[in-house]
Amino acid sequence: MKKSLLVVSILFALALTVAARPGTILLNAAGATFPYPIYSKWFDVYHQKNPDVQINYQSIGSGGGIRQLQAGTVDFGASDGPMSDEQLKDSKFKILHFPTVLGAVIPIYNIPGVSGELNFTQKALAGIYLGTITKWNDPEIANANSGVKLPGSDIVVVHRADGSGTTYIFTDFLSSASEAWKGKVGKGTSPQWPVGLGGKGNEGVAGLVKQTDGSIGYVELIYAVQNNISYGKVQNASGKFVKADLAGVTAAAAAKAKEIPDDFRVSIVNAPGAAAYPISSFTWLLVPAQISDGAKRDAIKGFLKWMLTDGQGYNEGLSYAKLPKPVVDKELKAISQIQ
Amino acid sequence: MTAAATTLQHAAPPVSGPRALIQRLRHGDEIAHLLTLTFAAAILLLTSMLVWELWVNSHLSRAKFGWNFFWTQTWDPIFDTFGAAPFIYGTLITSIVALSLAVPLGLASAIFLSELAPRKISDTVSFLIDLLAAVPSVIYGLLGIFIVVPLMRTWLGPALIATLGKLPVIGKLFAGPNYGVGFFTAGIVLAIMVVPFIISVSREVLLTVPREQREAALALGATRWEATWQVVVPWARSGIMGSVFLALARALGETMAVTMVIGNDPKISASLLHPGYTIAAVIANEFTEATGDLYLSALIELGLVLFLMTFILNGLARVLIVATERGGGRPA
Repeated sequence: MKKSLLVVSILFALALTVAARPGTILLNAAGATFPYPIYSKWFDVYHQKNPDVQINYQSIGSGGGIRQLQAGTVDFGASDGPMSDEQLKDSKFKILHFPTVLGAVIPIYNIPGVSGELNFTQKALAGIYLGTITKWNDPEIANANSGVKLPGSDIVVVHRADGSGTTYIFTDFLSSASEAWKGKVGKGTSPQWPVGLGGKGNEGVAGLVKQTDGSIGYVELIYAVQNNISYGKVQNASGKFVKADLAGVTAAAAAKAKEIPDDFRVSIVNAPGAAAYPISSFTWLLVPAQISDGAKRDAIKGFLKWMLTDGQGYNEGLSYAKLPKPVVDKELKAISQIQ
Repeated sequence: MTAAATTLQHAAPPVSGPRALIQRLRHGDEIAHLLTLTFAAAILLLTSMLVWELWVNSHLSRAKFGWNFFWTQTWDPIFDTFGAAPFIYGTLITSIVALSLAVPLGLASAIFLSELAPRKISDTVSFLIDLLAAVPSVIYGLLGIFIVVPLMRTWLGPALIATLGKLPVIGKLFAGPNYGVGFFTAGIVLAIMVVPFIISVSREVLLTVPREQREAALALGATRWEATWQVVVPWARSGIMGSVFLALARALGETMAVTMVIGNDPKISASLLHPGYTIAAVIANEFTEATGDLYLSALIELGLVLFLMTFILNGLARVLIVATERGGGRPA
């Protein structure tokens, strides 16, 4: 009894010292779920290297991250899509975008009798998701896959049901690939899909595709890599069929590096270059331009700097593509905008 | 009980001032009264605050769409057009399918367990059923994905299309294509989820029917079935109805299990085999990534609509119970 009392009081005292250690800067952040694995790794490693900075990240979704940042309840936010002009105008303070990692979206399919990697033209993907291409042996698909015997069965289209950055990237690509898509559906985290079934999360889409004969869906590259799902090649802006990998995604960002505006709000879908994978995107941290608390400001700037240099080394272990060097350099310069 | 309490109060000599209050409090009745009143009021307050929050935060959407929100069939967050019709439809249809499967099954099981089964078996099975009622809904969703959906796609769906699908009017309800996910699958999963509630509550109610009622019916020459169906069940009718409406409330608001098997496509289609969407599912799916103010407001208005639906259906339930009680059954 006495012993347990002693243990409890020691634990209590320990807890107090941990909680109240002077000089610890606690930063709160919230937002996108897609980069959550790498963010939590970064925040953890950064805390080990700089014990006086602790970053607490809630993966509540991009929409939530933007709202919390605008309301001032978090120190910085995170989003898979850049904030719109309207959203920036509605904010009471100036918000800066910092690209952190790159993601890609890939098509997966399940066609009985077809085991190889299929080639998808941009027109084919847009047509399938618009509902204008309905059979697997449609010439738009068949011509790009000579030698593969495609069945004449119906295509079952699968998309994400939950609002997600993955959908944002995919619809951004379809908007760039097809005028019809751009006018009729547009890009967003949950568009009005012309056809198809909705699965919840990457696992929901992958599950539906696996179970349904003749189906096609899209998931994040990371999800496919980690779960050993085979996927198709997609035609890029220079007409080549590219199989998504981390290098191809970085290549897409590098190809657009020169055109990146100073606020980093840029789409890199359909980037030029033979190696560039066309369905790629940045994901961003959203940081207020003015931070009145000096300690917090220094902590955020310190973290951004580390993230852009040493931090990028952790990306590929978790299947995220690295930022290309020109983008990193540009961002390092932009850090000084935080005041 | 009341008489005893009054005498007790009268027995105490009348004292005034703060001492009187202390003395009254010492009896405990007043404290209990106050305490329970506060808690009851808290529930009322909580409900009204909920409605208030939903009402205030859905302001943008209500101002823009008005009553059209209820019958607009488009849900397009990119072009900011929002209508609740496909979701209201999906919520109602899945709940109707669920109840039409679960009520006969649940009621029959409850009758067997309370009237026919040996007490030991009845108690064991009831214990297991109560366990089923406590299983988290995501587990039922997984059960749906891995068992019900494949069954529906390969066997039950084609069977329904080949048989009921050929009938003149009902045929429309079972037209293809059949993906395995859709209203009917969601209805089946919901039925599995709500059946424990119906069985558990109905059995308890049936067990409270006095033994004399059964004996009297049997003494008048009724068979065991006649005694059960014509005397015991009508006696327990309002309790059974209560169990059905409890089940309905769960079916209307179920989110996780439904979104995993319904196909999440906001369309109104006559066929039960087609994919659809429900209010609770769309809120859960889209809330986190809803960036626009109008979008968020429309999702909150959907919450208000769901609240309203539950409210109306519960009101109807009350009316139904009162009406059937007047028509016979259990004497007041």
